[in-house]
Amino acid sequence: MYSFDIQRPTSLADAVAALATDEALPLGGGQTLIPTLKQRLSAPSVLVSLSGIAEMKGVCTNDDGALCIGGGTTHATVAREATSYPGLAALAAKIGDPAVRNRGTIGGSLANNDPSACYPAAALGSGATIITNTRSIAADDYFQGMFATALDEGEIVTEVRFPVPEKSCYMKFEQPASRFALVGVFVAKYADGVRVAVTGASEEGVFRWTEAEEALSSNFAPEAVEGLSVSGDGMISDLHGSGTYRAHLVGVMTKRAVAAAI
Amino acid sequence: MPKDHGIGASPKRREDVRFLTGAGNYTDDINVHGQAYVHFLRSDLAHGKINGIDTSAAEAMPGVVRIFTGKDFEGVGGLPCGWQVTDKHGEVMKEPAHPVLAQGKVRHVGDPIAAVVADSLEQARTAAEAIVLDIEELPAVVDMNKALEPGATKVHDDLSDNLCYDWQFGTDTETTDAAFKNAAHVTTLELVNNRLVANPMEPRVAVGQYSRAGGDYTLYTTSQNPHVIRLLMGAFVLGIPEHKLRVVAPDVGGGFGTKIFHYAEEAFCTFAAKACNRPVKWTSTRSEAFMSDAHGRDHVTKIELALDKDNNFTAVRTDTKANMGAYLSTFSSSVPTWLHGTLMAGNYRTPAVQVNVKAVFTNTVPVDAYRGAGRPEATFQLERVIDMAARELGVDPIALRRQNFITQFPYATPVAVEYDTGDYEATMAKMEELMDIPGFAARRAASEKNGKLRGLGINCFIEACGIAPSNLVGQLGARAGLYDAATVRVNATGSISVMVGAHSHGQGHETVFPQVVAEMLGIDESMIDIVHGDTSKIPFGMGTYGSRSLAVCGSAMVRATEKIINKAKKIAGHLLEASDSDIELKDGMFSVAGTDKSVAWGDVTLAAYVPHNYPLEDIEPGLEETAFYDPANFTYPAGAYACEVEVDPETGKVTIEKFVSADDFGNVVNPMIVEGQVHGGIAQGIGQALLENCAYDENGQLLSASYMDYAMPRADDIPHMAHYVVDHSCQTPCTHNPLGVKGCGEAGAIGSPPTVVNAVIDALHSGGHTHVKHIDMPVTPSRVWAAMNSQ
Ligand SMILES: Cc1cc2nc3c(=O)[nH]c(=O)nc-3n(C[C@H](O)[C@H](O)[C@H](O)COP(=O)(O)OP(=O)(O)OC[C@H]3O[C@@H](n4cnc5c(N)ncnc54)[C@H](O)[C@@H]3O)c2cc1C
Repeated sequence: MYSFDIQRPTSLADAVAALATDEALPLGGGQTLIPTLKQRLSAPSVLVSLSGIAEMKGVCTNDDGALCIGGGTTHATVAREATSYPGLAALAAKIGDPAVRNRGTIGGSLANNDPSACYPAAALGSGATIITNTRSIAADDYFQGMFATALDEGEIVTEVRFPVPEKSCYMKFEQPASRFALVGVFVAKYADGVRVAVTGASEEGVFRWTEAEEALSSNFAPEAVEGLSVSGDGMISDLHGSGTYRAHLVGVMTKRAVAAAI
Repeated sequence: MPKDHGIGASPKRREDVRFLTGAGNYTDDINVHGQAYVHFLRSDLAHGKINGIDTSAAEAMPGVVRIFTGKDFEGVGGLPCGWQVTDKHGEVMKEPAHPVLAQGKVRHVGDPIAAVVADSLEQARTAAEAIVLDIEELPAVVDMNKALEPGATKVHDDLSDNLCYDWQFGTDTETTDAAFKNAAHVTTLELVNNRLVANPMEPRVAVGQYSRAGGDYTLYTTSQNPHVIRLLMGAFVLGIPEHKLRVVAPDVGGGFGTKIFHYAEEAFCTFAAKACNRPVKWTSTRSEAFMSDAHGRDHVTKIELALDKDNNFTAVRTDTKANMGAYLSTFSSSVPTWLHGTLMAGNYRTPAVQVNVKAVFTNTVPVDAYRGAGRPEATFQLERVIDMAARELGVDPIALRRQNFITQFPYATPVAVEYDTGDYEATMAKMEELMDIPGFAARRAASEKNGKLRGLGINCFIEACGIAPSNLVGQLGARAGLYDAATVRVNATGSISVMVGAHSHGQGHETVFPQVVAEMLGIDESMIDIVHGDTSKIPFGMGTYGSRSLAVCGSAMVRATEKIINKAKKIAGHLLEASDSDIELKDGMFSVAGTDKSVAWGDVTLAAYVPHNYPLEDIEPGLEETAFYDPANFTYPAGAYACEVEVDPETGKVTIEKFVSADDFGNVVNPMIVEGQVHGGIAQGIGQALLENCAYDENGQLLSASYMDYAMPRADDIPHMAHYVVDHSCQTPCTHNPLGVKGCGEAGAIGSPPTVVNAVIDALHSGGHTHVKHIDMPVTPSRVWAAMNSQ
């Protein structure tokens, strides 16, 4: 680790101000950032810890019925408190291990946008809105490829708003070593249609499987996706599985997610 | 009634109190006044020519004490290999130089190029970034077949090629060929025994210390065998005589073989402590461990099994390429030869067994012994090919094995060893009973109802522990003896310290060894402590590996305790005014046979140290005895294992539903600890079978360089305890050591990998995937799915 200064603001405004410093970085739960620092792969001059900002924490329901989760809320809190959205609570409950869940935050996960992370599938699969200190970004516009998002430098994810579906489920096929998603599929059925978001598989990061969405919107049943497939081209191919295998798993996990959601 | 003390009892592990309460004293807990820290700048290239190393800018950085490169070690020896293998042409193996810091070339990712010693670790790391390297990248050789092609890039320019040795062993070629020619059936299988990273919980650490006043060195290190390190480093690398070099291996958090070897970092810290006149400390990061701890396994094998028309095995022939990595690690050369070839007969009466091994240099981390060392590689290929033969012949895999079992002991195999005792039928029968083989069909049907394929895998194994005797291993090329030593020091009040050469790094010696002495003396275990891991405190010791501690060092301890008893009887005889031949020792009381005259253990020990009433003219005061023990033979634990797996046909994921091991370890001192050893060994074997994969790309970059990509077994990869039975009730005591024990540390890791793979193949066949003959380990979901869909 290189040396750095740390700031612990207690309000969002102070955090934004602190992040205006050159080479400042926000620190969420540190579950991704601290290992990166330890390996000297990142050298911020200032770390601005978000964990003391009360206004960025917690789970509640707004007037539109959307589930609102503060950007600094830990996975463990979501797992425990997002009771109105069981598919999302179950997803949070299966991220990493207890230590990771008690530190890692939804804001950190979405800002990082790891191509194998779980939350991006939920956000995209729910058509969530990512709220920052400056604006609101629709999930469809937010994810821009592996580790890339619409966030500007110093922009903070303060809240994520999830429309609550009628039915939902996240099926994660774990990469054997990291237990991130080798392929994870989030399926959510809303009154106006079904959304299917896939993580872990594509070199472009999380994506919507529109073909499956159409089929499931007319018939929300596992059979509806029988015979549908995604192409292995552009899928991640590594030690843990070829692109073809991942493409195959997208179909299997989608079917299982639907079966479990019904 | 199970015993509550002594041999056969299961007292809780006394060392766990400190391990579980954070009171352990590991090497990283040792901080010496004034110590500096070293950071090793390691190669990120697999192969390269060093044209220049410019350390000038780095030397001027804050806190830097001194920067070392290969040049500083030109007057110093290289890291030695402890076993010289002679090849089939009578030539000794190629033994390339292994410098402490790279000289001329870097040969694997992780090869240390420079070492920065600084006041703090962060300063050392920062300064290392300012070192300017001029290294010309060379093509890397990674694949063993390519490494052996004529004209392949040479890992060592001064050698003729990348072949370390070409070894042949066992039955001669003419006899073997004839057996294959006359066979009614031949089964052939090509397979890989996957490269593994040992990953003990505690990474390696070294602290070197030097005193100018006396010219004495101390090295604290994470070692399984401090005396071996003292010998190798003192005599071969740094030229320090034993009396000036103390090596301490305090609490060590697991070794699994990878902490046997003498490593560059140990020699560096010892050397640098004098050069800098400051203690120097190194603590490996986990990332460093992946590229600097010796790896395990990495064999590519073709095995053939010949059977006659009645399905009797008539010959086995194997052809293995064994990856040595870039340099020869301490015992690397012995693993694919004497620890592997000698086990190729397995549990079977096969009259002809021929083993061929080519050891190959590649631009990868050195490969050496890892839990089982050679014996898992032997077992895996033999038991896989037997399973395949059973399938080809349409016979029951249990019956085929049973029919070919060795049943008469002692039994001399065609591969040089003599099994002293065993009962393979007994362990097989025990396994069948515990596994409930007749119930399998119903369990399979239940799995199929849930859309899963269920398979049953069977496996037998034999292993050789406590490698010995020294005069034999010397003939085979070992550059060390393989005895062990113990000193039993009885104190005045009767308490005892036993100084043992075996090092305990998780095995539980501190609990088990006192059980033996307590049983022999009839006193309470709490009166006895074990001292180990410090060359200044114990007489000598070859350390802990190859499941040798109790069989070899425990035997030395028994011999020393017998000497204690003899002397104590003399003292008791004097106190009781009787002849010592009439003295009996029972429950800690010495009595005159046939009388009610007796004297307690504590009275005798006190007399030895306060010899007021004592036969000073006949015996010396004090009560301390040492014994060295060199075994007459290996010990041969054996067993039968079985497991049931479920395969998800849609994803290829394998889960282990049931596992049974029936082992014969001879006599058992502490059943709980034996079971723990087997549980751990099986978990590691399941890791090898399903998860662990140390992979390089064709440029020699390590693909699985962290836990993000290297999968270790976790609790939920192992079957629930209710379906996980380890049994050791079949006991044929070893015939040549005083305790009749055989060793249990590696059995689980040897017996389990083929069990799992056999079960997976069985599951796939039940699902109609009969074209799948074999899947290489680790049997990951993607590999199973690819195999199922390969036609
Ligand atoms: C062992 C382990 C297992 C894991 N398993 C999984 C898994 O199964 N599935 C999964 O999805 N994830 C997994 N993770 C990742 C985990 O969920 C992390 O918590 C997450 O990726 C990052 O969140 P964090 O709060 O720790 O962010 P940090 O590590 O603190 O930060 C990550 C990045 O986001 C930035 N950042 C942090 N908070 C904000 C914010 N509010 N606004 C803007 N930028 C911000 C930081 O500057 C940094 O660049 C695992 C992690 C570990 C260590």
